[in-house]
Amino acid sequence: MLRYLYADQLADEPLLADTMFKDRAYQFRDRLKWDVTVTEAGWEQDQYDALNPLYVVWQNPDGTHGGSMRFLPTTGRTMVNEHFSHLADNRKIESAVIWECTRFCLSPDASDSVAAALMLGGAEVGRNFSLSHAIGVFSRPMVRVYRKLGWGPTILGSDGQVSTGLWEFSDAMRKHLCIKAGVLPATSSWWFSLSFNSITAAKRIRA
Amino acid sequence: MQLRLEHIIDGLKQAKTFEALESNISGLRDSLGCDHVVYHSVNNTGAQWAALTYDPVWVNRYIAEDYVRIDPVVQGCLRAFDPFDWRRLDWSAKNVRAFFGEAREMGVGEQGYSIPIRGPNGQFAVLTVNDQSSDETWSGFTDQRAQDMLLLAHYVNQQALQIEQAGAPVQPQFQNLSPREIDVLSYMAVGLSRMQAADRLKISEHTLRVYIESARHKLNAANTTHAVARALILGLLAI
Repeated sequence: MLRYLYADQLADEPLLADTMFKDRAYQFRDRLKWDVTVTEAGWEQDQYDALNPLYVVWQNPDGTHGGSMRFLPTTGRTMVNEHFSHLADNRKIESAVIWECTRFCLSPDASDSVAAALMLGGAEVGRNFSLSHAIGVFSRPMVRVYRKLGWGPTILGSDGQVSTGLWEFSDAMRKHLCIKAGVLPATSSWWFSLSFNSITAAKRIRA
Repeated sequence: MQLRLEHIIDGLKQAKTFEALESNISGLRDSLGCDHVVYHSVNNTGAQWAALTYDPVWVNRYIAEDYVRIDPVVQGCLRAFDPFDWRRLDWSAKNVRAFFGEAREMGVGEQGYSIPIRGPNGQFAVLTVNDQSSDETWSGFTDQRAQDMLLLAHYVNQQALQIEQAGAPVQPQFQNLSPREIDVLSYMAVGLSRMQAADRLKISEHTLRVYIESARHKLNAANTTHAVARALILGLLAI
């Protein structure tokens, strides 16, 4: 199922946190050869994980990590503005309705539908928090994965290894991703409301 | 009623003083047709500022009792950044119930919707819309205006930041400390070792030394202790 957890909530989920940060080490250090910091425990973490970001996580039935990504508002500190603005003509992207999405990660044995479900989680974040776009930092091969799922980013810039791009949120895209992920829209709304205990979302399901 | 968003934003942009912004907050309350609007900002030096429509008696009481410690709205905004309805918060603790009971007597409405804002350099703010209405009316109100309120919260915050900057003296180069440099010096200032600070910031000790060195350079300081002392005197640290 999809879960939406702030970093401080993830601390109460030791198995999920452990498998998630280890999967990140595998993907970003071992596979993509990015220059990332891995702790003694084998966790890939950076300074933005210390800002209590919001993680969208696909949790497997056994409680382990299937895939995840990380959101931060662009009005505060973000990776794209502090490290990758040179990819976008040195412009800083700061907006109330744009959140940064980074560290899109899939566990090595994740099925194709997990990637689609994660994208659906991103679409839910956009829809429920009235956002217009997400801005992301990603490796070039991921562009193909996103496009295959029918939700490719508009590329802002690239240095060969890493690119930044924008995703536009829409209700139509959410529906499309529900089909790709094999998740009913009502189920997706229900998962979201479980995480945010949102009365509004619960009402939408009944409606 | 359709909100005339552009009109309100134009009004906000005219506000060049905190007093003018306060009257804009009252105007915003009237445009929204709700009981109260509250804007509260804490900058990276810990300085606080608020513009709100609550009864001043309640505001003084809130400050005197240091209710910020237990107020679930503030606590919620400090950790998360998604807008939330007050019904989502945990009001069950005895002291929190007593606090809210007192607030209600002072004219604070039962319904609330708060938008946390993470600003530049660790600045933090919240805009709250408050009202006395039924659950159903309130859900309709927030559903319809969620995006407008989000944008308004950020416009208010931007204007407040601009007013704050305009009032400050011309800023010399040492003000250009990066957020990371400020974090590192703050941890040094509260007595953490290099290793502990690096651990908290999830960076290597080597990287930490680079931050200290660049901060020392910007502050024209002789060594780390000198840099921490300079930054403290200049009010650059959030401790």
